[in-house]
Order: sequence, then structure tokens, then C-alpha cells
Amino acid sequence: MATVASGPQSSPQAETLPKRPNALWAFARSQPLGVFGLVMILIYVGCAFGAHWIAPYDPEEIDFAAMIAAPSHEHLFGTDQYGRDVLSRIIYGSRTALAVGIISSIVGCVLGALLGAASGYFGGRIDTFIQRIVDIMLSFPIIVLAMVVVAVLGKLTVGGIDLNLIAAITLPIVPRMARVARASTLSIVALPFIDAAKAAGFGHTRIILRHIVPNIVAPFLIMVSASMAQAILLEASLSFLGLGVTEPTPAWGLMLSGTSADFYQTAPWMILFPGLAITLAVFAFNLFGDSLRDWLDPKMKS
Amino acid sequence: MIWYVLRRLFLTIPTLIGVAVAVFFLIRVMPGDVVVVKLRADGAAVSDEAIEAERKRLGLDKPLYQQFFEYMAGLPTLDLGKSLWTGEPVTKEIAIRMPVSIQIAIMAGLIAIAIAIPLGTISAVYRDTWVDHVVRVVAVSGLAIPSFWLGMLMIMALLTLFNWLPKIGYVPFWQDPMANLAVTIWPAASVGYRYAAVATRMMRSSLLEVMREDYIRTARAKGVWQALIMRRHALRNAMLPVVTVIGLEFAFLIGGLVVTEQVFNINGIGKLFVDATTRGDFNLIQGLVLLIAAIFIFVNLIVDLLYGWLDPRIRLT
Repeated sequence: MATVASGPQSSPQAETLPKRPNALWAFARSQPLGVFGLVMILIYVGCAFGAHWIAPYDPEEIDFAAMIAAPSHEHLFGTDQYGRDVLSRIIYGSRTALAVGIISSIVGCVLGALLGAASGYFGGRIDTFIQRIVDIMLSFPIIVLAMVVVAVLGKLTVGGIDLNLIAAITLPIVPRMARVARASTLSIVALPFIDAAKAAGFGHTRIILRHIVPNIVAPFLIMVSASMAQAILLEASLSFLGLGVTEPTPAWGLMLSGTSADFYQTAPWMILFPGLAITLAVFAFNLFGDSLRDWLDPKMKS
Repeated sequence: MIWYVLRRLFLTIPTLIGVAVAVFFLIRVMPGDVVVVKLRADGAAVSDEAIEAERKRLGLDKPLYQQFFEYMAGLPTLDLGKSLWTGEPVTKEIAIRMPVSIQIAIMAGLIAIAIAIPLGTISAVYRDTWVDHVVRVVAVSGLAIPSFWLGMLMIMALLTLFNWLPKIGYVPFWQDPMANLAVTIWPAASVGYRYAAVATRMMRSSLLEVMREDYIRTARAKGVWQALIMRRHALRNAMLPVVTVIGLEFAFLIGGLVVTEQVFNINGIGKLFVDATTRGDFNLIQGLVLLIAAIFIFVNLIVDLLYGWLDPRIRLT
């Protein structure tokens, strides 16, 4: 298939992080929307870490006296069909969403970056082989790939986190990062310092890890941030389908999954708030990711 | 032209074989045992003999290479094996549910194009005005709102405003167009929103780029009427990346459909896929994944053909 976009081809100067003491301030000045996204992310992170103190109720506490209660002073976002406080479940749900999102996007991007760097560095047959696999993986929609992993692996819960769910969300991220990392690597491999390293007799592993990887940090950070939004959306979708997080663990997608048509009219808060939590989280990571991209690497704009 | 199309169609065969091999190994080689997952779901106590018997029944006790050859041999005749749950051929199970999903996907695509081209153009022409800002906010939220939640919001709005719930039964379009549209329009709109958002963003940035080109400046210097410049010179050239993104995003559209069909209770391939996954019906999963990849490859072939039509400089030989 013929593609028009030539992929990120940026100079190494643009790819090293600006190392000024006031880098954060410079970012804030040039990307106000990114700061807005970052603040929202920090609020979610705060909710995740401080859930214990912030949440007014135990998220798994069933209260049959207050089933499907409308939003009120006691229950700001109302309660669900088991009388559980919706606000508390949303606050604790940010733990699930962020844990799954952060672990899978970092692991996925690290694996993808190594694969892409190796592909671009070695070239030739290795490159062709890796790229064919990447192409094939990219021809499946993200959720389809994740569902296949879920179907084959089943569940493996360790410490309250379903490791196989994380694997399912990680897998689709790998080929996307590999693509970007390969393109960046190709522009670095052509530079003299790589020749110098080779002439000095360094091994492949050392050159990849010490010379190439540090130079693809910028696209890496951008991809981590973008994958985070994707991972949160994917976890919510899988949980909604009943293939992700299981009851009674609070997760946003799962909260929507229990809602049948009866609740659309009688308890709209059960549908509105969890969905809003997902949307705002994805929005925040997208906004931050876009700003990070514009700031670190203006040429990577798609 | 016709030769080009035929050759391209022929060239999809090795790609499809590659995908088929990948799907086979993805399902078989990953650690984990489908039979164990299926039988011991929710910690049910099942004896090892029962698991062995089930494995034999499904032909999973055969060596891997034999399974692989049997699977590959069935592909040319579209023999994808039988569903492990219903016992019906996979091809039949899929064929029943294909029309509704394909219709929704195409409708969503049309909705997206109908929204993206005018909106993206307006946004680019009135760049950095309030119109542009509104369009961009709408587009960015399209990327954040999960399509299944948007579907739920639609149902909620319809119920509250009109006290009307979208119907469930699917009627083929040629039998009763109105009844058909009443079912399919809602899921199409909810998955189409994201699609439209992506395409609008691409349309805007692509048009802004084209408008900086020399030939646009020349046309303007000649005194060509602005609307004519847009129609004859700018839009057509700006369409190329938009068409690319529409092709690439088609796969995500199907992904969105997998979840959204659940919300509207539509018995399409998306719902079939979810059911197959919950039941561990891996023959069906295999067939569906293959189908989705084939659709993706086919759509991208169409996109490549569209390039030649949009931009005669790209010669299809």
C-alpha cells in the first residue's frame, strides 16, 4: 500500500530534550492547553493515590437501603443498583485506569522502541522481517488484537491486577511504537557518531542501548503519552464488554457495563458520570500528548 | 488500469496468507490453553481426563504442524472449520451477521466524510477564528469520547426526549428502508463521530498545507475567484491525506463497532466476536480476525486506487 506520509524524520537536535532549568516554564508558556491537560492528569493521579482519603465511601460497600439513589448531599453522584456510591467508585476507578494505562503503555513502548531500534539499526533482512510482523499486527484493530489475547490467555490476577489484561492492552502498542522508533533510528544511524562507535569496536547491544536509545527519547515520551489515552480507552472498552476488569473491582468501563436499558431513564447518573470520567481522562492525555509533540518535535505533526 | 487492479488483487494473496499464518500462531503459540480457559472458567473443577477428551474432540491433540496444514488447506475453499459452540461452519455464522455490520460501517464512513470535508474546509478557511476553535474542540472531543458511551447517551436522549427506544430487529434495506435505517443510523452515528473527528483534523491540516503552495498563490494573483480556487485547485489536492486516513481508520471503525453493537444490541460481527471471545470459541475468533484483516487490506487497496483518480501524477502501473 502506498503511503503519503513519510513518517517522522527529524534531526537529532530536535530530538534531544531541551535541557534548560526552566524547561517546565517554557513548556507552560508555549503550550497552555498542554498545561491544562497536565493539571487534569495530576488530578486523576491525585485521586488514584489519595482514593483512600478522598472517597466518601468504600467503593465495594453494598447498601441495599440506598439502591439507585439520585445524586444528593450524601451521594454526590448517586448510587448504583447495589447501593454503591458512584463517586467513590469513580475515584477508586482512576486507580484501575491509571495502573493499567501506565504499566501497559510504558512496557509496550519500551518493547516497541527496542524492536524498532533494532530494526532500523541492523537493516537488511532483520529489518524486513520485523517490519512484516509489524505490518501484519497493524492490520488488526487495537481492540481485536486485545480480545484475541484475552480469549487465549484467560485471567491471571496477581495482587488485584489482571496481568493478562495488561498484556492484552500492551500488545497493540508495541507495533505502533516500533514504527516510530524505526523511523527515528534510521535518521540517527546515518550520523557519524554511530560510525565512530562502530569503529571503536563497540558491540551492537551497546550501540543500540547507549547511542541510539537516548536519541529517540522524544518520540518515546510522545508515544507513551499518546498510548496512555489509548490504553485507558481500551481498558474501559474491554471492561464494558465483560472481558476486562471483573466485579467488584471499581473500573469505569465496568460501571457502564452493568447498566441495562431500564437505567437509562431511571438512573442516568449511573451512565453519565463514569463515561465522563473516561472521556476527560482520555481528553487530558491526548491534550498533553499533542502539546508534548508540538513542543519536543514539531516535525512529527501528523 | 484493469491490469493494475488485477495485479494488486493478486498481490493481496501473499499478505492474506501472512495474516492467516500470524492469526494461527497468535492463537496457538501464546502461553495458555483455550480448552482449560473454556472448561475451568470461574474455577470450575474439571478432571484432566475431561480436558484431554475435549482437546481430542476439537482436534487440538494433533501435532501443531498437522493442525496448521489442515487449517491452511481449508482456506482456499473458505473452509474455516466449525464453531466450537454451535457446531455450525464458521463461514455460515459470519455470513448471517455480515450485512448489518458492513452496512453500519459504510454508513458511518459516509457520515464521517459528509461531516469532515465541509467542517475541515471551513476550519481551514477561517483559521484561528472562533469557527475554527469550535470545530477543533468538537474534533478533539471526538477522539476522547468512547463510541459505546456516545451510543448510550443517544439512547438516553431519545428516551428522554421522545420516549422512544431504537428498535432491535434488523430488516434488510431493500425490504423496508425506513425500518432498516431506524435501526442502523444510531450505531453508525456513534462510531462515525470518532471517524469524522479524525478526518476533520486531517482535512484541516492538509488544506492549510495546500493553500501555502505556489500554484494557489499564482491562481490568486491571476485574480481567480476564491471559491473557484478552493474547488478546482485546493480541495482536490488536499483530499489525498484525508483519503489515506479514512482508509487507515476503517479498521478502527470496525473496532468501535465491536463495542457499540453491544450497546444497541445489534447482532452483527462485532457481537459475534464478543460472544466468541467470552466462550473461547477460537475457530470463530480465527475466522473473524482473518475477515477483519481482509477487510482492512481490501479497503487500503481501494484507497490506493483512489489516489490515482485524485492525483493523476500518481500513475497506477
